Amino acid sequence: MTSDNNKLASVEVTPNLCKACQRCVEVCAPGVLMTNPEKAFNELGYQWIVYTGEGCTGCGVCFYVCPEPGGIKVQKRERTKATS
Amino acid sequence: MTTKANVLEKATAFYDHFERKGGQDQTTHYCPGCGHGNVHKLIAEALDDLGLAERTVFVSPVGCSVFAYYYFDTGNIQAAHGRAPAVGTGVKRTRPHSIVISYQGDGDLASIGGLEIIHAANRGENMTVFFINNAIYGMTGGQMAPTSLIGQKTSTSPYGRTVENEGYPIRMCELISTLESPVYVERCQLADVKGIMAARKAVRKALQNQADGKGFSFVELLSPCPTGWKMTTHDSLQWIKDFMIPYFPVKVFKDESATRNGRIREPKEYTDEELFKALNLGLLGESQPRDAEFLKNFKTVEMKIAGFGGQGVLTAGAILAAAAMQENLEVSWIPSYGPEKRGGTANCSVILSKDSIGSPMVVSPNVLVVMNDPSLDTFEDAVVSGGLVIVNSSIITRKLKRTDVDVLYIPLSDIAADLGLNAAANMVLLGAYLEYTKLFPLDHLKKIIPYTLKRKTLAEANVKAAEAGAQWMRDNNKR
Repeated sequence: MTSDNNKLASVEVTPNLCKACQRCVEVCAPGVLMTNPEKAFNELGYQWIVYTGEGCTGCGVCFYVCPEPGGIKVQKRERTKATS
Repeated sequence: MTTKANVLEKATAFYDHFERKGGQDQTTHYCPGCGHGNVHKLIAEALDDLGLAERTVFVSPVGCSVFAYYYFDTGNIQAAHGRAPAVGTGVKRTRPHSIVISYQGDGDLASIGGLEIIHAANRGENMTVFFINNAIYGMTGGQMAPTSLIGQKTSTSPYGRTVENEGYPIRMCELISTLESPVYVERCQLADVKGIMAARKAVRKALQNQADGKGFSFVELLSPCPTGWKMTTHDSLQWIKDFMIPYFPVKVFKDESATRNGRIREPKEYTDEELFKALNLGLLGESQPRDAEFLKNFKTVEMKIAGFGGQGVLTAGAILAAAAMQENLEVSWIPSYGPEKRGGTANCSVILSKDSIGSPMVVSPNVLVVMNDPSLDTFEDAVVSGGLVIVNSSIITRKLKRTDVDVLYIPLSDIAADLGLNAAANMVLLGAYLEYTKLFPLDHLKKIIPYTLKRKTLAEANVKAAEAGAQWMRDNNKR
């Protein structure tokens, strides 16, 4: 895989839906999820998890370990072989 | 086939907004790190992908997941504690094409609803059960559950669960997989990605089985409860691996999905004819057509027949109701009696009406039949003013205190005894009652008698007794 493809994959944590349980952080292989370095709290009172901004492979495991239905959204890598 | 989605996001089987929380209507009520959310997401995703959400009925239990109905955009029912499989059975039997999900925790399923789940499984109900096992009663504050591990400290086992006191943790998958009926039984764990992805497959299979009509599927999920266990999320996941999995092995216990033939069981619709045949009321087709005039003038009869057990008070009511049914009336009959087969007191409530009957209970009868003294004492005051009271004067010697009701004193037992039919005072009563009220012809009653008696040989004698009652009324009550 080229780095160009990797750029297409991304992860997004919805700040106000995050309860900071850290499960996504624990399973993230490339280690691109982390607690928000800025000292800030969301509506639920948690210091939410953020994407560092690069390195997501779009594997999706964070989506499945996150207990919140809308907590995490993962954009997978677009397949090079496009379907018609 | 659809192309593989390139985005993983909130499933459409979830509501956009979760109504429960005012300001926070996008989050569940579950604690951080809770396994319920994982399973909810797996189920919602499977419902989306399999296209089942539209016909899914999700049965929420009692426990933390009681609020599942705020999250799933499906049909929802919330069942009493442990009763989700029973409620699900009802839904499935009446709507066989629905997808019924019974979602239960370990307190709900393994303890309080222990028998519900065993029998639903044993019947092979075509439903899907997701069993969230976190070895604790989570919602109520971390009490010991039947699945709590030996040595596990909970709020009700502060020194740790002991075998001597509470026995061993119950293994539901093992138990259920011993039954013949279930098609698929698997235990999964939610402690790591591998486990969750295996659970994802299991959830889909369990739902697909139901869609294919293959029967009862049971998926147990070892689930973290960081709050109840008083641990960090990380430690709770580790605890599942270190303590739960060794005792609750993660594996497929039974899977006959591939070999079972799918079958959706349609509910059987019975025609009136079939019902009458099954109930041995073989008079259908002979019921009396009633003109509008009869029905217009028909005044609802709310009757109480009371006496000793053995006097046939229950039978009298049942026969009257059966006969009135033939007259195209709505009827109800409900008995009330003690544990004694003979002796004791008994009574029945009979309602005859031209309209649908709500409650079958008769509290204030407009016709009271009393066969013995205690019954008269008990029910005399309950009769509505202007009502009719029929007194078995062979046994009851006193007169009524009430003056605002019509009374017939009939020596019912004597008339029956004169025929050599001591037990037929009840039939004498019916004959006399019909003769007095002209509710419908005695002949109609005589026709139904053979169908309502268990001992057919007694039909003739009973008909004779009814005739004697009618005769007595003609002789003694010239109006």
